[in-house]
Amino acid sequence: MANRPLSPHLGIWKWGPHMLVSILHRISGDGLALVGLPVLVWWIAAMASGPAAYDSFLSHAMSPYGMVVLIGLTWAFFNHLCSGLRHFVLDMGAGYELDTNKRWSIISMIGALVLTAAFWAAIFAF
Amino acid sequence: MGNGTSIGRVRALGAAGHGTHHWLLQRFTAAGNFLGGVFLIASFLFLPDASFATVRDYFASPVPATILALFLVSVFWHARLGLQVLIEDYVHTAGNKFAALVLLNIFTFAGAGFGLFAIVRLALATTSPGGAA
Repeated sequence: MANRPLSPHLGIWKWGPHMLVSILHRISGDGLALVGLPVLVWWIAAMASGPAAYDSFLSHAMSPYGMVVLIGLTWAFFNHLCSGLRHFVLDMGAGYELDTNKRWSIISMIGALVLTAAFWAAIFAF
Repeated sequence: MGNGTSIGRVRALGAAGHGTHHWLLQRFTAAGNFLGGVFLIASFLFLPDASFATVRDYFASPVPATILALFLVSVFWHARLGLQVLIEDYVHTAGNKFAALVLLNIFTFAGAGFGLFAIVRLALATTSPGGAA
């Protein structure tokens, strides 16, 4: 260790909603990039290729493991969307007061879960 | 710009030394992702079924195909910027960082290029592949 005062590292802080929303923004964003984009391109290429490739994509997508991936990706999408909108507000210099910051952190995470549930409820209901 | 004082010379440059360009592009592409993402989610909700004919005919028509192509460029660009920050944060060896950034560029350009090719083929096909006209 350096023989000088060091800034406190992650381990000593008490976890709060603002820390969770921050790391979930990174996790959902990188999950979308590394898993979501290959799935998106696979789906588009399957549409362009023809019925056989499309049905192959759909059989994977509708299987139990496919549903886990798709529901995970829609959660990641809505989570990254909600916390991204939160970032736009923070970029304007607003919402840094402790209680406001905490409230909107919680709202963006719950909002993502609600939107994910609503999306799949609408897909399965119709 | 600065007036020669030490704070004036570095103001708005940031730790990377080249200003807010990366940060701004992340925001501009985020706005594109928002619009395209809402379009895609709404499309999935309003399409009557998930059959090949329904979904293909919809996304092969001019406006949805154009939006899908623009969305693809926006998300791949945004993902390139975001994964670049991930690499810069966690990969500290100069050589490994360079290699990771090279792979990232290949991954994003190849993915976007192949996706755009597929959309062009989808939209310009004169007959449904494997089906009737």
